[in-house]
Amino acid sequence: MTTQTVKFRVYRYDPDKDAKPYMQDISVEVDTTTERKLLDALVKLKVVDETLSFRRSCREGVCGSDAMNINGKNGLACITDIDTLKQPIEVRPLPGLPVIRDLIVDMTQFFKQYHSIKPYVINDTPAPDRERLQSQEDRKELDGLYECILCACCSTSCPSFWWNPDKFVGPAGLLAAYRFIADTRDTATNERLDNLEDPYRLFRCHTIMNCVDVCPKELNPTKAIGKIKEMMLKRVA
Amino acid sequence: MAIPVRKFDAVIVGAGGAGLRAALQLSEAGLKTAVLSKVFPTRSHTVAAQGGVSASLGNSEPDHWHWHMYDTVKGSDWLGDQDAIEFMCREAPNVVVELEHFGMPFDRNSDGTIYQRPFGGHMSNFGEKPVRRACAAADRTGHAMLHALYQRNVRANTQFFVEWMALDLVRDTDGNVQGVVAMEMETSDIYVFQAKATLFATGGAGRIFASSTNAFINTGDGLGIAARAGIPLEDMEFWQFHPTGVAGAGVLITEGVRGEGGILRNAQGERFMERYAPNAKDLASRDVVSRAMVTEINEGRGCGPNKDHVLLDITHLDPEVIMSKLPGIREISIKFAGVDPIKAPIPVVPTCHYQMGGIPTNYKGEVVVDGKPVSGFYAAGEVACASVHGANRLGTNSLLDLLVFGKSSGNSMIDFIKAAPKDLPELNTADVDRSVARVDRLNNQKNGSNVHEARAAMQRTMQAHCGVFRFKDMLAQGVEKILEVEQMVKTTEIADKSKVFNTARIEALELENLIEVAKATMISANARTESRGAHVRDDAADTPERPNGRDDQNWLKHTLWHREGNRLDYKPVNMNPLTVETIALKTRSY
Repeated sequence: MTTQTVKFRVYRYDPDKDAKPYMQDISVEVDTTTERKLLDALVKLKVVDETLSFRRSCREGVCGSDAMNINGKNGLACITDIDTLKQPIEVRPLPGLPVIRDLIVDMTQFFKQYHSIKPYVINDTPAPDRERLQSQEDRKELDGLYECILCACCSTSCPSFWWNPDKFVGPAGLLAAYRFIADTRDTATNERLDNLEDPYRLFRCHTIMNCVDVCPKELNPTKAIGKIKEMMLKRVA
Repeated sequence: MAIPVRKFDAVIVGAGGAGLRAALQLSEAGLKTAVLSKVFPTRSHTVAAQGGVSASLGNSEPDHWHWHMYDTVKGSDWLGDQDAIEFMCREAPNVVVELEHFGMPFDRNSDGTIYQRPFGGHMSNFGEKPVRRACAAADRTGHAMLHALYQRNVRANTQFFVEWMALDLVRDTDGNVQGVVAMEMETSDIYVFQAKATLFATGGAGRIFASSTNAFINTGDGLGIAARAGIPLEDMEFWQFHPTGVAGAGVLITEGVRGEGGILRNAQGERFMERYAPNAKDLASRDVVSRAMVTEINEGRGCGPNKDHVLLDITHLDPEVIMSKLPGIREISIKFAGVDPIKAPIPVVPTCHYQMGGIPTNYKGEVVVDGKPVSGFYAAGEVACASVHGANRLGTNSLLDLLVFGKSSGNSMIDFIKAAPKDLPELNTADVDRSVARVDRLNNQKNGSNVHEARAAMQRTMQAHCGVFRFKDMLAQGVEKILEVEQMVKTTEIADKSKVFNTARIEALELENLIEVAKATMISANARTESRGAHVRDDAADTPERPNGRDDQNWLKHTLWHREGNRLDYKPVNMNPLTVETIALKTRSY
């Protein structure tokens, strides 16, 4: 077993006892053969200081629980290699959302925007006895859209979302909106476009592309947003 | 102190596949339903399922639910209840088609139908040859399914209580279930959720083992709660070790990789499964493949500097197939094993994956104790034991289980609620007080044990004493050791006293649930002196009289572990299907 000391600067805030947030300098020994990810080190850190609070679940990048700001960039702790990070590793909660405690943010606003786009297939035609048929080409349109894990790395790295979290749907919500627009089984495209026809909801995206840069699933919300904008314009013409 | 009470028609604990599927039935029926979850619903562990969901749609070649049923009974090593298995396999095409209608982004065949791939133990014509039965969305089937179910619940306006942890069950003096005591994680506030019907869909407890494919949240909460409330746990000795966890990391690599043509190789490059399962080879049942792998490693044919794993090879597959059908696996392999499977094989070892046992239920989702339903109490999914998986679960039957029994329990609850008196009866506050006292004990403990150390001791013990191969002496010692760990768990102490999102407290409470599962597992395993499915021990070897060490004369029965006094009793396996003939006992080979 080879060990390595990992140095951290961690954002700490417990409203139950702290008047204001502070940065804690702390380090921890990890086994370099089995504890290679940032989450492994944080879990180890929690053994040293059990008050350190963060969300985590699947530890393989599919549940979206452990999104945080790592050395200034949003990402998932469980799929970020410690080796790739400059130390001390500065870990903060996702920016732009209210902090509940330490690295745990209140995601209410983020999910409210996701819910606002009606994230479900709408199809009022009677369902057939068997599956609705979809060609392989049509199904391919959903690739790069349905894989979103709702971690919020993208929306909380987007300046437009920071400014107007209540009005701008944000990259995650808009990616989901396009996921349903692009689905041949969904019959509500017009209604969905109407729902986004507003100076803020869609058009606050200024293609800064932070969302693309941080997405841990390598998805491209900007591209999806571009496609929705294109459809809006076509509709006017 | 008076604990506030919130009242509902139904309360569902857990928002993974089973909980969400049940919630949909109840919400769409217009019943006032609360769904409690420790995590936001799409973070539930269903999200990590990869390979597929089984249904005899026959989209690529002829298939039949009866063949699926045969495979499931055989996979279970005849410990599964044949009524529940028939019910599940018959329902499969309906619930999968329904899921497609909900918006599930299944992959497609060229004719536009749902794509299906081969999987371990899936055969046509009663065990003859492999059949394409696993309906898949690339290798992210669980993710696609969980999101589709959550989305459908958004449409149905289901009321979620996100980041709430259930603590204990409330039963009246006759044993009827009245609801649960639960804690809001953000505030540490405790409430009672009183309901006419309560469903547990809390998932498994894979975290009792040191090495597991399971998420951190899989701490057997429903099992711990049920055990404390006097409900026995069924067949807890049966744990599935998935053949292909990434060596060192434990992260799952789906069996779908072998379904798409992947091959397991030892240090000599040999496709060793040909020796263990000449017919099904790499697509034999999971228990069979895991044992073969461990045998290869034990006999010195393991790979790597420590000869401690084998290799899963897909380098011979068309990179196009890997990119389109197994993109998630490629991602996991690069991130967690440091290899691109297009170019090099993936190092894998058997890793604890799935709990076949659980809260005893029938196929309607009703919790059954002493042959009678416990009024107002339901369970579905991995927490439940219907029992469809028996001694070994077939790949893709877990997602199917969630859909079929999530739905059937939802329907049973609707009937029960509609027939129940309009007003809720008076609450049994004694159970509420007991639950609050349990939390108070933890909050006020001084000079106690450390949660991390107690959990690590439990996980080490389970791993060393109750693994892929089990040994008589080790099991007996394991029982002693786990009872010692239990003493540690009784006095856990936390330094963090904050009321705000106190994850130290949550982890301590989770450990109180895990230890119940660990005890149930070790004690049930120690008692079952035969080999069957995933439970294989050295003193029940393969002999001509007892092929594979299975002892039907003495052990064709379900174990029931009772927390009180660690008592065991047994109940017969239901060998009577609903409409077809019994699938008769046979020696299991692939």
